[in-house]
Amino acid sequence: MARRIALQNCSSRELDRPPGDNPALRRFALLTAAATLVLVCVGGLVTSHEAGLSVPDWPNSYGYNMFRFPVSKWTGGILYEHTHRLVGSLVGLLTTILALWLFGRKARPVLRWGAIVLLLAGTVCSLKYGSRLEDNLELAATGVAALVAGFFWPNCEPSPKWLRTLGVIAFAAVVAQGVLGGLRVTQLNAQLGIFHATLAQLFFVLVSAIALFQTQFWRSLPARAVVDQKALRLLLVTAAVLILGQLVLGATMRHQHAGLAIPDFPAAYGKIWPDTDAASILKYNQHRIDGESYEPITAFQIVLQMVHRMIALAIFVMVGICAWLARRQLGRQDLLSRLAFGWFLLIVTQILLGAATVWTGKMAAIATAHMACGALSLVAGALISLLSFRLLAAPDAQNCPAQKSELTSLRPSSGLTT
Amino acid sequence: MKRCVLILAAVALAGSFQAAWAADLTGKVTLKGTPPAEKTIDFSDNPQCANMHPTVTTTRWYVVGKDNGLKDVFVYISKGCEGKTFPIPAEPAVLDQEKCAYQPYVLGVMVGQTLNVKNSDPILHNVHAIPKVPGNEEFNIPQANQGQVNSKIFTKPEIMVKFKCDVHQWMFAYVGVVDNPFFAVTDADGNFKIPNVPPGEYTLTAYHVKAHGATPGISQTIKVEGSNPVVANFTVEVPQ
Repeated sequence: MARRIALQNCSSRELDRPPGDNPALRRFALLTAAATLVLVCVGGLVTSHEAGLSVPDWPNSYGYNMFRFPVSKWTGGILYEHTHRLVGSLVGLLTTILALWLFGRKARPVLRWGAIVLLLAGTVCSLKYGSRLEDNLELAATGVAALVAGFFWPNCEPSPKWLRTLGVIAFAAVVAQGVLGGLRVTQLNAQLGIFHATLAQLFFVLVSAIALFQTQFWRSLPARAVVDQKALRLLLVTAAVLILGQLVLGATMRHQHAGLAIPDFPAAYGKIWPDTDAASILKYNQHRIDGESYEPITAFQIVLQMVHRMIALAIFVMVGICAWLARRQLGRQDLLSRLAFGWFLLIVTQILLGAATVWTGKMAAIATAHMACGALSLVAGALISLLSFRLLAAPDAQNCPAQKSELTSLRPSSGLTT
Repeated sequence: MKRCVLILAAVALAGSFQAAWAADLTGKVTLKGTPPAEKTIDFSDNPQCANMHPTVTTTRWYVVGKDNGLKDVFVYISKGCEGKTFPIPAEPAVLDQEKCAYQPYVLGVMVGQTLNVKNSDPILHNVHAIPKVPGNEEFNIPQANQGQVNSKIFTKPEIMVKFKCDVHQWMFAYVGVVDNPFFAVTDADGNFKIPNVPPGEYTLTAYHVKAHGATPGISQTIKVEGSNPVVANFTVEVPQ
């Protein structure tokens, strides 16, 4: 009884059922995160097959409306690029619904107004610009669907404001991501491809975090530590940020369109550090027989891959230390210790996949698995870091003395050592 | 009036002299050293292309013919034509997409000359040109229909502009763009012929995409005197 009263004084809504809690929404957020992982994988297949520009136009596909591009023409690189566009559209739709759902019943007027805008756009396009009838019908049908959805939209409580803001950011990010992908194709700009790949990783982290925040698991997490585990938290976050940097480096390597800059591993052209003088580069290129239309390799690309290898080693060490430290400070059975160990295993898998990418001459399936595992490593790092802020940060004693005393009394059963 | 006739006669005479005093430049490019083995192209993901290639098809990096003659070397006059203008060939150069491969693999065009890129296949391709020299525009055009032709012009000299099809990864070709009409590509036995080179001293350069990469290729100075044919041979080395 005393405990209940104490918690009510502080944050009872947080610990019971906060507004917007909804099992269906929870599953939907998880579905959006899973679809994003699929999208990241298909994106990996696109770059692994060097197929990013196999459909030269956007948003159309070889002049067809993207959604009516005949399946018979999905051959070669088009299969990967067009599938990527379609899965991207699906993720865009899921993210839009997710962002709206987070607003609960407040989304109803947004849907109705959005529907009116779409219907008007369809009418104006058909009357003024004489665009294709099917396209206008599609636009109008989307408007009708939004209008109907506006009337039948779940009448649930809106999620907390910070979560709704995350939903809006996710929506903006998915729109930006689609436009970036399109511009990369139409502007023939490889740098945009690097931004597109980086934003993809960040977006995956964001929707995964939203999915995590929807779970009862997250909501029921107590802030167990009385003494702040600052060092461990800092290490977890640093490792996650380092993985993000590594993924940006990987995206840069992929978007050089040069294939494997170094064909061997763990050595590099038979050495610890390969020669990168002009004569050596010429020799590497002379002996490099690619079946694909890769660009000739340059010294920059070789250095880039060497840095990628070194950062991989740094991440391996850092995540290893995280797992070891978590186990030492929190105990073997602690949730964070187990998660950190799982993260470490993911990093080991990622390094093996990286090696396999080199050993198989950048086989598309392996290279894609390497990229997907990298994305999962980042998400794992980001979510574990978020958890660490809930589990390893000492509660604010001034704001929540009752909870602190309550938590202190719970400490022995938590398995934490402080 | 009399003066005009005289000038015209002089110009006509000079023109006929130039034609008469132009020589054919011939030669052979041979490969020294053993090139790495070519790769077999895997058509398994593309049944339509596989049907067009019942036999094994390989990459075309080092194509060596009789007496080590090296095919697909771009030979051109790289120096000696500065300040002179030459008529742009009226006949367009043609880069064809035939049986899921670019034909020819190496091609030369003059700055300003029309390059027709054709799709002879019953399947779609995209034509993606990747020039690096500012002024030459990168483009990526869809060719969905058999017989479709798209014309392009390059405005700056560039050795070489890469063409690729992103739908079919093994499809790529190279186009050398020069500001004079004196260029050729070696045949299956490594031979080349550049006709009607006017008298003068020139630098003749041979460039092989794989062997020379980012370097300018190998060059030699030649002197064309009158209509005497000039022979210039090159040796391309593959370091072991």
